[in-house]
Amino acid sequence: MTASAAVETASRREGAVGPVPLIEARHLTRILPGVVPTTLVHDVDLKIWPHEFVAITGPSGSGKSSLLYLLGLLDLPTAGEVLVGGQPTSGMSEAQLAVIRLATLGFVFQFHFLLPEFTVLENVVLPMRALGALSQKAMTERGLAVLGSLGLEDHVHKRPDQLSGGQRQRVAVARALANEPAIILADEPTGSLDSKSTEQVFTVLQELVEVRGKTVVAVTHDLDLAQRMHRQVQLVDGHVVADADIPSRGKK
Amino acid sequence: MNLVFDIAWTHVRNRARQTLVAVAGVATGVGFSIMMASLMQGSQDDFIRQLVNALPNITVSDEQRSPPPQPAEAAFAAAELHGLTPEAKRRGIKNPLAMIAALEGWVPGGIAPSVKTQVIIRYAARDISTSVIGIDPGREARVSDLPKQMRAGTLTALYRATNAIILGDKLADKIGARVGANLTLSSSEGTTLTAQVVGIFHSGVRPIDEATAYVLVKTGQILAQQTGLVNELHVRLADPMASREVASRIERDVGYKTVSWQEAHEDLLSTFVIRNVIMYTVVGAILLVASFGTYNIISTITHEKARDIAIMKSLGLSERTVRAIFVVEAAIIGVVGGLFGFLLGYLLCVALGAIEFRSPFMDTNHLPMVYSPLHYLIALLVALASSLTAGYAPARKAARAHPVEIIRGAT
Repeated sequence: MTASAAVETASRREGAVGPVPLIEARHLTRILPGVVPTTLVHDVDLKIWPHEFVAITGPSGSGKSSLLYLLGLLDLPTAGEVLVGGQPTSGMSEAQLAVIRLATLGFVFQFHFLLPEFTVLENVVLPMRALGALSQKAMTERGLAVLGSLGLEDHVHKRPDQLSGGQRQRVAVARALANEPAIILADEPTGSLDSKSTEQVFTVLQELVEVRGKTVVAVTHDLDLAQRMHRQVQLVDGHVVADADIPSRGKK
Repeated sequence: MNLVFDIAWTHVRNRARQTLVAVAGVATGVGFSIMMASLMQGSQDDFIRQLVNALPNITVSDEQRSPPPQPAEAAFAAAELHGLTPEAKRRGIKNPLAMIAALEGWVPGGIAPSVKTQVIIRYAARDISTSVIGIDPGREARVSDLPKQMRAGTLTALYRATNAIILGDKLADKIGARVGANLTLSSSEGTTLTAQVVGIFHSGVRPIDEATAYVLVKTGQILAQQTGLVNELHVRLADPMASREVASRIERDVGYKTVSWQEAHEDLLSTFVIRNVIMYTVVGAILLVASFGTYNIISTITHEKARDIAIMKSLGLSERTVRAIFVVEAAIIGVVGGLFGFLLGYLLCVALGAIEFRSPFMDTNHLPMVYSPLHYLIALLVALASSLTAGYAPARKAARAHPVEIIRGAT
């Protein structure tokens, strides 16, 4: 199935929500400058619709992480542009991009990347404090609620190094959810976990989409997991070579 | 912002040892600069105090700033006059008691008359040329430290003999005179009289101790042959710093040349400006060196925390917020270092002030220290400014780091 066909399918599926994709990439290209410039992402068009559970797969060095960073406004494209909620981001200042990341995007990385000096709860509350929209009390309540919903209520006052790998990664998911973003971007979220923890974290991501109505875009090289998501975008050498809904799951 | 402070505080708290070294650097800088300032200011104040006390705050002398007009000028309305010598006038301030009474109405301080004349003292076949100053013992106490400088006898002893005299201690040694000795005084005006030594003083200023003697105003007037006239009025004010203003007002009132101590010592006072420039340069250098410590730790923290910075930026903390975190860390070091520096500086001042000197050249045997909040404030501000400057460069660099490069490197 081609990319445009996938968009049509997605539009039909999300007909009630409206025709604006959450994130849209237009002719997205990222070239790493250097003596020998390296092309990481080449002319990618991609639309992410609400409530999708998208896997970005591909061999090592195919540019899947780079694409995710571009979609998440962490990196700036060499050419092309990214639209968030239909809004072009190419002319925005660093501070404006930071606010969009803070309010509408949540990141989960391969490593938990929690701040080691702060407790689990403090780590989760940090993005809320940065956004500054809630009172101290409301932030603590929401932090506890999010951690509770991920089964971490017993660990809120521990330091990250007192938790297991799977628990830490779930805290990272909780932190990504802190400001109730519409989209969670995950870069190899289970890449450094054992199979049991992988299953736990995957279940959490799955529930985000199916229970909470979030959109999750996850980069993974684990094809088993990719098969269990709703849509699979395959990259090779920075090009999208396949973009397909997975029939058994996607039509749910 | 609260979040910024929380993160900054956590960073410096978790690096207690490094932070302590940086804080100690700033504290040493602040402490020593406070000590320096206190010592310099103290010695300057002490010097000025001696200067102010050695001489009257204000001297009204029997001179005019501009020569008196020639009578011929008034008579002929002439444009130019040749071959005239100025009218011979007796020197001296006329009717000094009335003038003192008039000035005492508004001058905030004491006023005393003095008559100065050059006299040859003869004693035991020795001739010594001496300044003899006629004073009023009651008033003199209000304008000079002479009563405190008496080594033998008192000022009021001047009333005890017909012609009593008080000698400088070096002068007394030179001629071998003790209290009770009878000296012969011959003035430049030709008067000769016998005077009895009733006291010895020591001012600490060698030229004065070697060649000055005090008598009563009346005796001085006889020696100078100027009955009813005095040469100078001496004024000491409650606030010596106001001397310049008071002096100019007295001059306007009485018409005689009136000189404040500031005017008399303009050259000395200008050297204090140079001294202060030197002091603040040294103090600035000390604090500059201390700021390298701050630069070092902020630089180290930003290196160690490169990953955390990338995470915070990927979460959506802005460049400004991240930069603020490290600038606040520098500020914490600056403020904490400054406060410890206050303590160190105070203790150093107390310790220095407690050292005793036994020197034959100095009457004071402690270092003069001044405790001024201004020194503390200046040291803190300079320390804070240098810490912030030192912290800003690494903070800016850290905040600009590209999160993707660090995250990619970690995976």
